[in-house]
Amino acid sequence: MVDLSINCAGIKSPNPFWLASAPPSNSAYQNCKAFEQGWGGTVWKTIGEPVMNVFNRYGGLDYNGQKIFGLNNIELISDRPIEVNLKEIAETKKLWPDRAVVVSLMVESKRETWHEVVKRTIDTGCDGIELNYGCPHGMSERGMGAAVGQVPEYCKMITEWEIEVSTIPVIVKLTPNISNIQLPARAAKAAGANAISLINTINSIIGINLDTFELKPNVGGLGGHGGYAGPAVKPIALHLLSQVAIDTEVSLPISGIGGISNWRDALEFILLGASSVQVCTAVMHYGFRIVNDMIEGLSNWMESKGFTSLDQVRGKSLPRINDFGNFDLLNRTIARIDQTKCIHCNLCYIACEDAAHQCIDLTPVNGHNKTEVREKDCVGCALCSLVCPVEGCISMVRIDDGSSSKTWNQLIADFKKSGRPLTWKALAEFQHKHGIEIH
Amino acid sequence: MKNIAPKLPIEEYEKNFADLHPPLTPNSAVAEANRCLYCYDSPCMKACPTHIDISTFIKKISTGNLLGSAKTILESNWIALTCAKACPVNILCEGACVYNEKGEKPIEIGKLQRFAMDNYFAKGMPSIFNKATKNNKSVGIIGSGPAGLACGAELSLLGYDATIYEANKIPGGLCTWGIAPYKMRREDSLKEVAMVKSFGVEIKTEMMVGKEIKVDELIKKHDAIFLGVGLGESPQLSVTGENLSGVIGALEFIEKVKTENWKDVPVGKRVAVIGAGNTSIDAATEAKRLGAEQVFIIYRRSEVEMSAYEFEYELAKKDGIVFHFLTAPKKIVGEKFVEGIECLKMRLGEPDNRGRRRPVSIPGTEFTIPVDMVIKAIGQETKSSFLGSIPNLTLDTDGCVIVDQNTFQTANPKIFAGGDCINGGKEVVNAAYDGKRAAHGIDSYLSNQTKGGN
Ligand SMILES: Cc1cc2nc3c(=O)[nH]c(=O)nc-3n(C[C@H](O)[C@H](O)[C@H](O)COP(=O)(O)O)c2cc1C
Ligand code: SF4
Ligand code: SF4
Repeated sequence: MVDLSINCAGIKSPNPFWLASAPPSNSAYQNCKAFEQGWGGTVWKTIGEPVMNVFNRYGGLDYNGQKIFGLNNIELISDRPIEVNLKEIAETKKLWPDRAVVVSLMVESKRETWHEVVKRTIDTGCDGIELNYGCPHGMSERGMGAAVGQVPEYCKMITEWEIEVSTIPVIVKLTPNISNIQLPARAAKAAGANAISLINTINSIIGINLDTFELKPNVGGLGGHGGYAGPAVKPIALHLLSQVAIDTEVSLPISGIGGISNWRDALEFILLGASSVQVCTAVMHYGFRIVNDMIEGLSNWMESKGFTSLDQVRGKSLPRINDFGNFDLLNRTIARIDQTKCIHCNLCYIACEDAAHQCIDLTPVNGHNKTEVREKDCVGCALCSLVCPVEGCISMVRIDDGSSSKTWNQLIADFKKSGRPLTWKALAEFQHKHGIEIH
Repeated sequence: MKNIAPKLPIEEYEKNFADLHPPLTPNSAVAEANRCLYCYDSPCMKACPTHIDISTFIKKISTGNLLGSAKTILESNWIALTCAKACPVNILCEGACVYNEKGEKPIEIGKLQRFAMDNYFAKGMPSIFNKATKNNKSVGIIGSGPAGLACGAELSLLGYDATIYEANKIPGGLCTWGIAPYKMRREDSLKEVAMVKSFGVEIKTEMMVGKEIKVDELIKKHDAIFLGVGLGESPQLSVTGENLSGVIGALEFIEKVKTENWKDVPVGKRVAVIGAGNTSIDAATEAKRLGAEQVFIIYRRSEVEMSAYEFEYELAKKDGIVFHFLTAPKKIVGEKFVEGIECLKMRLGEPDNRGRRRPVSIPGTEFTIPVDMVIKAIGQETKSSFLGSIPNLTLDTDGCVIVDQNTFQTANPKIFAGGDCINGGKEVVNAAYDGKRAAHGIDSYLSNQTKGGN
């Protein structure tokens, strides 16, 4: 077993897998059960102001018979009194000294109120505080959650109040419902936050009942926007994570969240710079037991790659994030079909024919169709290889010899230098020179 | 019969004849539909003799558009419920599913088709097809089996008056009378009959052409005729004892079973079925499920040459049917009733003109199996005398009606034909295809006539 321990802004845990602040981390019973099964840490379900939930509060997005590709909720923060929560947090931490117990907080935007709640939280003996600036529904209308996360100035001001009194690490949890995620992250940094976590849920309406016209979830005939989570949000979360991770004005440890269901997902977050990862929907779907495969899978992967610590892995893919203008326009790939693997579903054909560059030919050969790529017309977009249901059947192969390369930025600079305007004709000449024909 | 098998309790019969392949539940249907890759120009569609757009009807099941799914199916095949239950799917659509090549379980196309069609009938056959305006031309259809029904349905939507003449009291032909009850019950076939009737097709039952109505009268009465008469009797075994009580043709036996009055179908304690085609297996397993203690299948050639499908053979073995390969009946013994069957061992000689090795008897190897009943399942003959009564038909050497491959027109331009009477006995699905295509043959024939001013 490889050592999977991590240290996220001073918060230590034996593995990077934390429960996200959400229903699975609602009580001492649940958090202790999760620890028993191996979870490295928890972010306690957000505590704070008095709230009352509606009964029907979740909506699932199913896809092709697969349940919960996405999960939407209109749930509020913990609906149990703050005193009860604080007491249970203290008990839990005492029982599990080696696990990370982080407490998520959300109170009204008053300095004294924040000072008081932060002090009471620290008294539980917990390892850190997470500020919930992300909840997009119910709380934001009351000036909390996303209402703070969406305005960098508020984010900075309120974070400063916590930092003033906190003796333990403070994580700021960001909302994705903002056009530039770097602004609130920088605000948090400026206020002295110790780490960033992201993402919270995305504004969403999960669906409509076609028989009753009610929204999902339906509360006595009414519905509204909720927060979207689960596997479907992972690509959005990865992008926002990377934006914060590459921002030199931020450079804080990050706890990655959003659509993580297994160790593979978790690794992607870690490769883009996450120190710990948090999971909610996958636990809501299958229970705490999923952590067993997460730990084992990650450890086996580390072993097979020869890594001995997550420090060697963290952020490994970040240097590859770059701008479109720096991509090589002459790095040329085309699709090649392995006829021995082809099962003749013709999905590559119809995809290329109707949605790409019409360069796969269908020829009837004893009872089925043979699919063949007309290589000179293939633009290497890779759509066919994405639709092909057979692993390794269509591969994208590089056909240029690497001797020449040109990025868009270089090309523009060349034009500028020569004083020629960038026209379609001039561009076609450049392409032609490199054997590229676009019809 | 000398020894009749004791009657079973009624629940036992129902258990024995219960659905071999129970239907999918709504959940499992959607789950299975979602597995389908939605292939383009899919191999399953090509393998289906009626070319149902399978991946499209399956996708419609996955979105809950069940009516649309049934429509996609019916657009290619009017006998879709029967086909869903009786088609040898593993050598047709399911056998062609790309998942086979991928090394995974093929999509359960038959069951999905059944799911869509069951729903369509359960919903009371909502009208989903437009009928062309009547063109005041009439077509007479002989036989209400799958070919005749399909032809009638298509013609009536094209605006024709279609009348089906059926000798039996209950229509549907082999769909109603010839499919083993554990595959399909009579009521399912009758649903399809009702659907075809709802399009405006008239079915005159107990109307034997040549008896109740003369052939030339019929030809005069209608603008065109479609022959969907199927095949006739089992041929003679030509051995002594063939007329003893207890000898019966396979189809006659199966028809009795299909009345579903299980206890009224006499079956011997020990039964010999002669022949090893799919019908033989049906007859053998049905006899067993009716309570016969021992059932033997006697076949001149070996396992390899047998024409029964692999899955039918497996079913028979599971039912405990005993196979005597390389064995030919020499004589049925008994005084008044069947008491046994004397057989002769065979060996395989030179191949015949179809490439199958010819069985040759081995002298002195006679042995007798004591049985009470003999079921003849050595194929069916064409209705030669009836076909002979129709003017200007040409028949091939097997006695099948020769038709144009595209129009299904016979040598007599006014007469079209399809189904078993042109192919010598294939699947329901082939007949359904023929009938539909013939309707278009008839349509272009009659439309050209109008244009030509004849
Ligand atoms: C039902 C539900 C309730 C949630 N409640 C909270 C909350 O109280 N505080 C918070 O910071 N995030 C809350 N979240 C957001 C999650 O912590 C997490 O950021 C989000 O679900 C994305 O992770 P996932 O894709 O693993 O579910 C909640 C999410 C769900 C689905
Ligand atoms: S998508 Fe893949 S398996 Fe299907 S036809 Fe194309 S190459 Fe063959
Ligand atoms: S071949 Fe199989 S996977 Fe492809 S469309 Fe037909 S049933 Fe679906």
